Amino acid sequence: MPDLAFRRKSAIENWDHLINNSQPVIYFGMASCGQAAGAAEVRKAVEEALDENFLSAHLINVGCIGPCYLEPIMDVAMPGWARVSYAHMTPAKAKKLVVDALKSGTPPLEDAVGVLEPVENRQTGGLPSFFDQPMLKPQVRIILRNCGLIDPEDLDHYLAHDGYQGLQNALNMRPEEVIEQVRLSGLRGRGGSGFPTARKWELCRAAPGEDKYLVCNADEGDPGAFMNRSLIEGDPHSLLEGLLIAGYAIGASHGVIYTRAEYPLAISRLRTALEQMRESGLLGSHILGSNFNFEIKIKEGAGAFVCGEETALFASIEGRRGMPRSRPPFPAISGLYGKPTVNNNVETISTLPHILRQGADWYHQYGTPNSTGTKTFSLVGKVRRTGLIEIPLGMTLRQIIFDIGGGTEKPFKAVQTGGPSGGCLSAEYLDLPVDYENLKKAGSIMGSGGLIVMDRDTCVVDLAHYFLEFIQKESCGKCVPCRIGTRHLVEILERITKGEGQQDDLDTLEHLAKTISQGSLCGLGQSAPNPVVTSLRSFRDEYEQHIQQGYCPAGVCRDLYQYEISQDACTGCRACVRVCPVDAIEGKLHEPHSIDSSKCIRCRACYETCRFDAIEGKPIQ
Amino acid sequence: MTLDKFPANGNPIQYTQGDLIPLLQSIQERAGYLSPENVSEVARKLHISENEVYGVASFYTQFRFNAPGRHSIKICLGTACHVRSGQKLMEAIERELHIKPGETTSDGLFDLQRVACLGCCALAPVMQIDDQIFGRVTATRLKHILESYA
Ligand SMILES: Cc1cc2nc3c(=O)[nH]c(=O)nc-3n(C[C@H](O)[C@H](O)[C@H](O)COP(=O)(O)O)c2cc1C
Ligand code: SF4
Ligand code: FES
Repeated sequence: MPDLAFRRKSAIENWDHLINNSQPVIYFGMASCGQAAGAAEVRKAVEEALDENFLSAHLINVGCIGPCYLEPIMDVAMPGWARVSYAHMTPAKAKKLVVDALKSGTPPLEDAVGVLEPVENRQTGGLPSFFDQPMLKPQVRIILRNCGLIDPEDLDHYLAHDGYQGLQNALNMRPEEVIEQVRLSGLRGRGGSGFPTARKWELCRAAPGEDKYLVCNADEGDPGAFMNRSLIEGDPHSLLEGLLIAGYAIGASHGVIYTRAEYPLAISRLRTALEQMRESGLLGSHILGSNFNFEIKIKEGAGAFVCGEETALFASIEGRRGMPRSRPPFPAISGLYGKPTVNNNVETISTLPHILRQGADWYHQYGTPNSTGTKTFSLVGKVRRTGLIEIPLGMTLRQIIFDIGGGTEKPFKAVQTGGPSGGCLSAEYLDLPVDYENLKKAGSIMGSGGLIVMDRDTCVVDLAHYFLEFIQKESCGKCVPCRIGTRHLVEILERITKGEGQQDDLDTLEHLAKTISQGSLCGLGQSAPNPVVTSLRSFRDEYEQHIQQGYCPAGVCRDLYQYEISQDACTGCRACVRVCPVDAIEGKLHEPHSIDSSKCIRCRACYETCRFDAIEGKPIQ
Repeated sequence: MTLDKFPANGNPIQYTQGDLIPLLQSIQERAGYLSPENVSEVARKLHISENEVYGVASFYTQFRFNAPGRHSIKICLGTACHVRSGQKLMEAIERELHIKPGETTSDGLFDLQRVACLGCCALAPVMQIDDQIFGRVTATRLKHILESYA
């Protein structure tokens, strides 16, 4: 395969030229999250500063490097210097920083977070490595290794970092050997249930029929998780390389990526990458001169959680309502358009290039014997350091939430794993090593990797209501227990959050939960009660407070608490007076204030503004 | 209208059921919503009933059947945003604009919708106006943001 070798050589030269050149390079974290934090304005300000001062630099957009809480992030690489990373950029700060750096030839060190590779023979100004920060140090970055470091729209950057090496290795093997490598690696599906990837592939490969499909599930339906988005935006070619490897292994010639329409940037990155592949002989017929032919299409979903379920997903691709169907037949025998089909999650597929490049044994060293490798999680909610992380399976929740996430501002209460289908795990589960079996035993699931951290201010009843309402709306309506049962659950939970709960409601919830789990066809219905069952298990007293005392201790259920101002803690700073949208707070400067409950709409503005913890949620008298 | 056909070849476009969702998406992309005329046109093209088109379109939250405002506001009510007071943000915006989700302001400037996750959960609460996503939106920031569109 002379073509790719040649292309790779020039890609490496280009990359070396970029990082060893005499021209400064400025990198902007421009994933969706970076842009939401204002990265585009930062870049614009830098462009203006360069123009105004007749300076020049090479500007590159990169994906998300993980610690989203630091965004906007900008790196400056001056000649002779390592790449220095800066956090919380504003247009003004970035402007000044870039001008200072370029005029003096030295990156300012005061506000720097750390340095990125390469550091050999370069000045670092004594700065630590970016990856030595507490949030990053415990992580193992395999899938995310390129994210935030390379330009996702430049195939050369990917090739210079061993891109498509795994594919080359795979094409030098027989498909059965590729499957064997994946089996030895122990890789399990990252879309939720952890089904061994190689076993699924074997079934499909062995299925009769010439036409086979590979479907990549990029629907990422868990509201509150963004691992797949971030990966695709930051390193689209790793997914596409994985698709080629999987397609070759199972004997498919068509690949379909089914992705959320809410991810426009990810979709455009994929389209760009697909064009680059086609130009480089990585798509179409006789890929890299082999006998392997493969086409990849992108299908945009239209917003339905249940379409993450694979049979519903096939129905959606075929242009029908996304409703699950019963199995058998299994997709490996009859899936998309009735053809043998493998459906794998984005992360599962993006892991393949690494396994094929570095070997099954290498991959197997990470994680636990039954849950090998690494897994990405989106660590969000009330945790201090939010973002995308990648850890070896088997790490405890405590390490994830406290060491990596830096814990919570207010006392920790619980963590929800697995999204709406998962469970709410209280502090007693903090030392649980995270793997597929342990989470299941704890009544939750791994899911696709959402971790929502809750603190004292999160109401578990409200959250259970939130999840069930979501599930109820998303139920496709095919099964009665799922359609009607979840509606009952929602009604009861709603009643409790309004202070109209009845004594036997909690028993009814538990009873209904069993019926729904047992009588539903697909995973949506089967796991729908998980948030209620698990939170009721650990926080029954909080449910009872809602029912018996009409009090929401977290101060979330608006009918079940009123705000009061602690006369001891209040310093009379008037900050709350200024933010209250209905003028419910009165008080003179330096004198304790008071709230008129009849006016208060419980918008929480004062509670969040007060720096002295003087606003307190109290039972309604 | 260009359509992503499968498999890729140069043949003339023959619409099939598989084109229904992409077709509706591209209409909505252009017109902002699906009008009754659009729906019957699609039904004709695909040789299926209008009812079937409505059946599929109403199954997916993406499709809307009334005209949008000049700027479309989406408030994220995904889990991360919910836990970080996304609901309060929604209420604040309802107070500011005097509309509820699904409605358009009387001057036609804004319409309001809820979405379940924009993928920027680490910066919750999150909102989107047209193509621009805003993270860490506080009540004060909300006012500034809305003013910049007035
Ligand atoms: C209601 C429901 C939603 C799902 N959502 C997703 C999803 O968003 N992404 C995903 O990869 N898998 C999702 N799944 C799991 C898929 O059905 C399927 O198991 C998975 O994509 C297989 O890929 P894997 O073997 O690589 O894990 C969902 C399942 C159910 C029941
Ligand atoms: S369990 Fe619920 S979502 Fe799943 S098929 Fe049945 S009704 Fe539809
Ligand atoms: S939950 Fe709001 S962006 Fe994900």
